[in-house]
Amino acid sequence: MATIALGLPATISLTRDHVRRGRRVKNQVATIGVVSVFTLALLPLVSVLWTVLTRGLARFDGEFFTNSMRGVLGEGGGAIHAITGTALITGATVIMSVPIGLLTAIYLVEYGKGPFARAVTFLVDVMTGIPSIVAGLFAYAVFSMILGPGVRSGVAGAIALTLLMTPVVIRSCEEMLRLVPQDLREASYALGVSKHRTIRKIVLPTAMSGIVSGVMIGIARVVGETAPLLLVAGFTDSMNTNLFSDRMSTLPVFIYSQWANKGVNAAAYDNRAWTAALVLIAFVLSLNLLSRLVARVFSPKVSR
Amino acid sequence: MTILLADPAPTRAESAEPPADPPQAPAPPQAPEHPDHPDHAPAGRSLLAGTASWDRVADKAAKATSTAAGAIILVALAAVGVFLLAQGWPALRAGPDELPAKAESFWTLAGPLAFGSLWAATLALLIATPIAVGAALFITLYAPRKIRGLLAAAIDLLAAIPSVVYGLWGLMVFAPLVAKFYKPLSEHLGWIPLFAGKPSATGRTILTAALVLAVMILPIIASVSREVFRQTPPLEIEASLALGATRWEMIRMAVFPHARSGIVSGAMLGLGRALGETMAIAMVLSPTPFLMTFRLLESQNPNTVAAFVAQNFPEAHGTGVNALIGLGLILFVITFAVNWAARRVVAPKPT
Amino acid sequence: MTATALKTHSLSAYYGDFLAVADVSMTIDQRSITALIGPSGCGKSTFLRTLNRMHEVIPHARVTGEITLAGENLYDPGVDPVLVRQRIGMVFQRPNPFPTMSIRDNVLAGVKLQRSRLPRSEADDVVEQSLRSANLWIEVRDRLGKPGAGLSGGQQQRLCIARAIAVQPDILLMDEPCSALDPISTLAIEELMLELKSTYTVVIVTHNMQQAARVSDKTGFFNLAAVREPGRLVEYADTTTMFSKPKKKETADYIAGRFG
Repeated sequence: MATIALGLPATISLTRDHVRRGRRVKNQVATIGVVSVFTLALLPLVSVLWTVLTRGLARFDGEFFTNSMRGVLGEGGGAIHAITGTALITGATVIMSVPIGLLTAIYLVEYGKGPFARAVTFLVDVMTGIPSIVAGLFAYAVFSMILGPGVRSGVAGAIALTLLMTPVVIRSCEEMLRLVPQDLREASYALGVSKHRTIRKIVLPTAMSGIVSGVMIGIARVVGETAPLLLVAGFTDSMNTNLFSDRMSTLPVFIYSQWANKGVNAAAYDNRAWTAALVLIAFVLSLNLLSRLVARVFSPKVSR
Repeated sequence: MTILLADPAPTRAESAEPPADPPQAPAPPQAPEHPDHPDHAPAGRSLLAGTASWDRVADKAAKATSTAAGAIILVALAAVGVFLLAQGWPALRAGPDELPAKAESFWTLAGPLAFGSLWAATLALLIATPIAVGAALFITLYAPRKIRGLLAAAIDLLAAIPSVVYGLWGLMVFAPLVAKFYKPLSEHLGWIPLFAGKPSATGRTILTAALVLAVMILPIIASVSREVFRQTPPLEIEASLALGATRWEMIRMAVFPHARSGIVSGAMLGLGRALGETMAIAMVLSPTPFLMTFRLLESQNPNTVAAFVAQNFPEAHGTGVNALIGLGLILFVITFAVNWAARRVVAPKPT
Repeated sequence: MTATALKTHSLSAYYGDFLAVADVSMTIDQRSITALIGPSGCGKSTFLRTLNRMHEVIPHARVTGEITLAGENLYDPGVDPVLVRQRIGMVFQRPNPFPTMSIRDNVLAGVKLQRSRLPRSEADDVVEQSLRSANLWIEVRDRLGKPGAGLSGGQQQRLCIARAIAVQPDILLMDEPCSALDPISTLAIEELMLELKSTYTVVIVTHNMQQAARVSDKTGFFNLAAVREPGRLVEYADTTTMFSKPKKKETADYIAGRFG
């Protein structure tokens, strides 16, 4: 026990401490355990990244980025239709979720008090936990009730993704707005500046880098979502640039459909799936890196 | 405290200033010289003057807009509940020829799937929690200070990889790899019911799916644990070290007692995520309809709600779609309960 | 006989149900420096913040009583607090320049945010005048585009003063403006206050009795009977009187350094 040391004569050598031997061994075992567990946790990361890189490079070529899958039955073909679809649907998602998310965060931080604010906070928590497939089913239910069953469209996918991205945007914006020192708001009020101008001209610019980086994290989260898009945007082999009608392929669904609906030359389908995975991961990782960079480089130095 | 917009005060009408400049319009420049300050202010500088009344309207508008955004959240969630319920309802009365997989009734379909979801998620949780906690301990208390941020970012990267990529990896790389271990496992430990039965040759079993799930939820549990470890009172760490405790004893004396509820809450959040995870399971697992078994290594496996929906939705039509939506509602309720419990474990921090 | 800038009448300030300052009635002279002194927690800062309706920015904070500025009650329900603050500026304990803005934009912040547009030449005038009035012009005139956060603490505080006077208030409230500064910067701010009183009415809260004695014309002493009791204005008189022959024993004890 730790307290034993207190009663020992001062002359005792630390290295001759027999009582401590068992404890030292235990400590070493714990250290080895913790280190190996950490290494174990990193192994899948290394394996996934390595596999995606090595297998994805096979089709990382010009054709992949310029062609769609229209009329392709074996080798060749590309994912430009899926990349376009991902860009369009993600763009629409950002357009819907960022204003709602940012405004809700502003409400919660700057205005919200009382039961309504508590209810919104609670519901944002609930929303954070919605499984992505449930978001897809919801979007399908809405669109099929309005437009009839079996309807697939890019915008339905964007609605589903908005449901998933908005809480992420709210949470990160909320955190960033709360980091803006109260001092600055007071300084602005004391200059005779109204509240909405204080929010627009002082609070938001101060929090901007954090907000931008939070939005990027939100995009990184939804851009890889597969299940809801598989349900409501579906997949197709050809290019579709109209969000409001017909099926629209996206990169994650492309990966799934290449694997799930193999044609005559299975290897060609697998290769395309891996290349799409490489493109997707590269995009997600650069968004993550970029968001860290934005948060670090552009954050204003608040004197504390 | 909010300022009530008073009924138009009589003085406002007397104001010499033009009322309500739109904010974008160029305002008359302020006189640079200082006016004299007599005891009675000139009418133009009356406190009740209308110069800023546009601002007050804009203030109200800003508040209303942001409150409306909050209301959208409320409406959106209500809509999720209502639409899922409305569209899922017809499936409750549907018969075998309408339901996916020719199920007897909605509940004979939903029961085994809910079991599969819970079983896979629980397994994943049991595997991931110790690893995540260990990794978080390593990052916060063992690793050199300089590289902590880097190591934490590496673990966080696990969360950034899309689930469809995990699916692809799990099925083409991981399952064949672990399949090699399943045969000896069942030969030597087959007397344990969990490992009984003929091991799958492809490795696409519920255990493999749970392992992939574990990788996916590990970063969630690790980041919550890291946060609570970091918040250990430094005085207690120093106090236990000053008593001559080893690092491990210090962790047990000072770090764990504070972290317990945080770890539990992180694990519950991970559980919620694992329950809703779709694509990785849909791709890795080779399911058998209506099966409920705890066996881990066989080629016949229970399916999960989310994976079943994803696998059957593209082909579904009519009442089949309603059944899948009903399944989604069940999943929503289960994950909601789990997430709610997770938040109840850690009392909300006062803000 | 000097004119009155501001007058409070049985003013009380609350945080929720807690009464922080009770029943203060005082008259603040125009173009003078009024110092508010007292031990920590006596409510002097809270009182100062009620003077330009900054108190109510804190959630659940409220005020009862009256404050009249040029015959109008600041707490009249029809009064816009934004307009009150345009006429009664404030400088805070810790220098708080806006971190996203340059020195120039910091000075212009109040003017620009209150109104929409300002011609460039006029803006230049406002910047130079305000910075000159704040004794900062010489030091920063060749780096107006640099961020305000890059200045030293004392310079930042003078920038905040320049920012406050750029909107041409009648009254300037200063809440312990030197407590975060070194002695040299403190001296600079004190000199500045003496210059400012030719144009503005200055009310300053200070922890430092010497400072009050050095700069102020009148001094108000706030005290509270016990913890959780409200702060009250104990004595209010000319500074020279307060420091030489205070009427109340409480004041004498505080000034002699026996508590606080």
